[in-house]
Amino acid sequence: MAERVVFRSVWLPWLLVAPQLIITAVFFLWPATEAILQSTELPDPFGLSTQFVGWDNFDYLFGDRYYRASFLTTAIFSLSVTALSMSMALLLAVLADSVVRGSGVYRTLLIWPYAVAPAIAGVMWLFMFQPSIGLFPYWLKVLGYEWNHVLNPGEAMSLVVIASAWKQVSYNFLFFLAGMQAIPRSLLEAAAIDGASPWHRFRTIVLPLLSPTTFFLLVINVVYAFFETFGVIHTITAGGPGQSTMIMVYKVYADGFVGQDLGSSAAQSVVLMLIVGVLTVVQFRFIERRVHY
Amino acid sequence: MAAVSLHDVRKRYGKTDVIHGIDLDVSDGELIVIVGPSGCGKSTLLRMVAGLEVVTDGEIRIGDRVVNRVEPKDRDIAMVFQTYALYPHMSVFDNMAYGLKIAKLSKDEIQRRVDEAARLLELSGLLSRKPAALSGGQRQRVAMGRAIVRQPSVFLFDEPLSNLDALLRVQMRLEIKQLQRRLGITSLYVTHDQVEAMTLADRLVVMNAGVAEQIDSPMAVYAKPATRFVAGFIGSPGMNFIEGELHAGRLLLANGDVIVPREAPVHSGEVTAGVRPENLAFVEPQAADFSLQVVSVESLGAETLVHGVVAGRSMASQEGSDVIAGVAGRSLAVRAAGTLDVTEGDTVGLQVAPGGWHWFDNTSGRRIPEA
Amino acid sequence: MVRNNSLATVLTHVLLIIGIGIMCLPIWLTFVGSTVTRAEIVHPPLPLWPGDQFLTNYREALFGGRQAPVLQMLWNSAIMAFGIAVGKIAISLLSAFAIVYFRFPGRQLVFWTIFMTLMLPVEVRIVPTYEIAVNLKLLNTYAGLILPLIASATATFLFRQFFMTVPSELAEAARIDGAGPMRFFKDILLPLSRTNIAALFVILFIYGWNQYLWPLLITTDQDMNTIVMGIKRMIPSADDYGNWPVTMATAILAILPPALVVIFMQRLFVKGLIESEK
Repeated sequence: MAERVVFRSVWLPWLLVAPQLIITAVFFLWPATEAILQSTELPDPFGLSTQFVGWDNFDYLFGDRYYRASFLTTAIFSLSVTALSMSMALLLAVLADSVVRGSGVYRTLLIWPYAVAPAIAGVMWLFMFQPSIGLFPYWLKVLGYEWNHVLNPGEAMSLVVIASAWKQVSYNFLFFLAGMQAIPRSLLEAAAIDGASPWHRFRTIVLPLLSPTTFFLLVINVVYAFFETFGVIHTITAGGPGQSTMIMVYKVYADGFVGQDLGSSAAQSVVLMLIVGVLTVVQFRFIERRVHY
Repeated sequence: MAAVSLHDVRKRYGKTDVIHGIDLDVSDGELIVIVGPSGCGKSTLLRMVAGLEVVTDGEIRIGDRVVNRVEPKDRDIAMVFQTYALYPHMSVFDNMAYGLKIAKLSKDEIQRRVDEAARLLELSGLLSRKPAALSGGQRQRVAMGRAIVRQPSVFLFDEPLSNLDALLRVQMRLEIKQLQRRLGITSLYVTHDQVEAMTLADRLVVMNAGVAEQIDSPMAVYAKPATRFVAGFIGSPGMNFIEGELHAGRLLLANGDVIVPREAPVHSGEVTAGVRPENLAFVEPQAADFSLQVVSVESLGAETLVHGVVAGRSMASQEGSDVIAGVAGRSLAVRAAGTLDVTEGDTVGLQVAPGGWHWFDNTSGRRIPEA
Repeated sequence: MVRNNSLATVLTHVLLIIGIGIMCLPIWLTFVGSTVTRAEIVHPPLPLWPGDQFLTNYREALFGGRQAPVLQMLWNSAIMAFGIAVGKIAISLLSAFAIVYFRFPGRQLVFWTIFMTLMLPVEVRIVPTYEIAVNLKLLNTYAGLILPLIASATATFLFRQFFMTVPSELAEAARIDGAGPMRFFKDILLPLSRTNIAALFVILFIYGWNQYLWPLLITTDQDMNTIVMGIKRMIPSADDYGNWPVTMATAILAILPPALVVIFMQRLFVKGLIESEK
């Protein structure tokens, strides 16, 4: 780390970092510690006292069929959201990058869904797919398909994936577009002179040069699907039907607040923290490679 | 106005010594140039005087005050940075006025001082501009202006011209010199450019690896370099060096050859003999001490630089002549006034001018006094 | 770029328009839904063109008060979004300044403590955070809505990166000019960070506005609900037709402020987005 030190004071820097340190301590370190403590404790049925139970909560958790299922659900959900939103965004970015006229207008029209909150996105997609009044179930019925995500787990999953992916397309689009615009035109022109077809140019030049952006977006999208889609799930399916859209973050909430199973919820928090830790390391490695101090 | 004195000033970063104890007395109004290769510690020394670096050991006085523990703003100094360090979001006026505002000078006084400095530096029409809208030379002037308005006792310049192109550098060099003379403010000026150093300085401090090798007037440094390093650093092209063992006025080279200079100090031991390129003269072969096979000729109009290799002795060794025998194959640079009628491949005769030899002790690197 | 085929250009534009159509469809339908009568929604299909109930529905959403105090919720959202953006920027500027411009014992520890929070979202530690907030009597307060969400290092990281690109000579020149650390911070560093602050503000405003889970937990009083979470209670359940038009009008109202920010501050928004994720 390149450091420079200009001012000297013993107390001033501490005063300056104090607000952030206090907030971090109260709302980050303390709850994280609590989560770890609670994950080793079991409250009695009346919540009057707790008892140290060691790894029991974790044993119980990993023995729980529903929790293991939630792992799988989370994996399917995140990968689907990531794949869908990134491919859609890449396609749109390629198109927007290749037009000369109106690219600014297209960009504006494509990025503003970023402003939509996940929960609102959930409401909107729910409105479109509401089995009894939604436009799409109506059209599907005309085509002979009976849509009911309230009862059908597969349809429920599809809907939350689409709603979550839709909201993230704008973000991915922006980064892909920026990545593509950073590719020197001369490279593409040289390839064109060499006779490479547009598809060939895309595959052999654009895509490899975009790979840092792609990798970065991959991590960001997985993080998004893991943690920021709570609103989508909560408004559309609330984890159902029959836990089929119960992703891990949602389960922490459901078990902790609805089910009041604090020990299990805390253990789940700890597991999630570990996952975040891994993702952070991956992310940091990436940052180190990209940002030069 | 103030004198500055450094007494055994040292700087250590962790376990590394970067300044090994410098003594320097700058008298009031004097312009001292600190020159040396990059990494020699010259900027660190200046920054210690400014108060931007902590003095590890020793004592710095400005006027009659020891300032080791005094904040930069209270040292009564002003500094011009290599990158100018102008505040990009402030106008030229505000850049110059910032320090005065902090010092809580009256509005009128600030206006008066900035106007005066602007007039002096021909910046009057530019006061409302932002630094980004100025040329390199103008930015340099603003940086100077910011220093001047403070009316400090000491100016500190940290390579102030190195970001300018060659033409502007020569012009600004002259202006800085005139300005400093006019204002009469004690100045310390750091540069790696020896031409800047020679032309500006009242006295030079030649630094190398954290040591002040020589502190003297430019001409004294040139004429009598105190160390072999100084001899090689000052002057362009650099001094020609020959190493050998001096014994009874004869220089024995490693390969067994012998040089018998006209003048040699009374000294015995491992030495380096040096001759400046301009102290070698082209002569008729009969009068030549040795001959040079010309490799390249650089005609600059006013002078000509000839690079070549020593071709060997061209005539019988005579008592009292500078014979550079046995140095065949060694590269030498020669500098002559005006244009010369030599081309690559020619063999020419050369003679060392009287007083042209410099002698340095190999162990200490120090100059050996003439006989 | 090499382009020899005008047909390809037309095709590209057509595809882009289709893509935009797909992206904008949910919002369009939501808007249509907010301008029709309940009867029109209950009997599918939904028309594709807006109806004439715009004023009625939006008036009821904003001032009806029968379902939820939307105006109050918009106000709460604004305070929360503003508070989070300003709070994060303020504490981040100060701590980044300390980390970059001072050396003090424990600096590395401070650095890593702050940066540990870089990616740990509130969702992960939701239960204990909630308990602590309750213990601190933050339930149904603006402080409760705002404070836990400003504990993130993203902004600190961004400012640290930016400060490190500011030449250190500027700080040295300021020191020689007699400026102390806070004076330098106020006179030089803040003005230079202006664009970064604005860009970050745009991003954080949207981030704050769009929070869902935390307001859901920390506000039990309807008058403290934010719009994004309050809408959940307005969603009619599957077998109840409810008042979809008003719900949709509320959704549009919830989208409007951040969408306007994105559209009208696009340059800052894009800069903020790209820099805050570096």
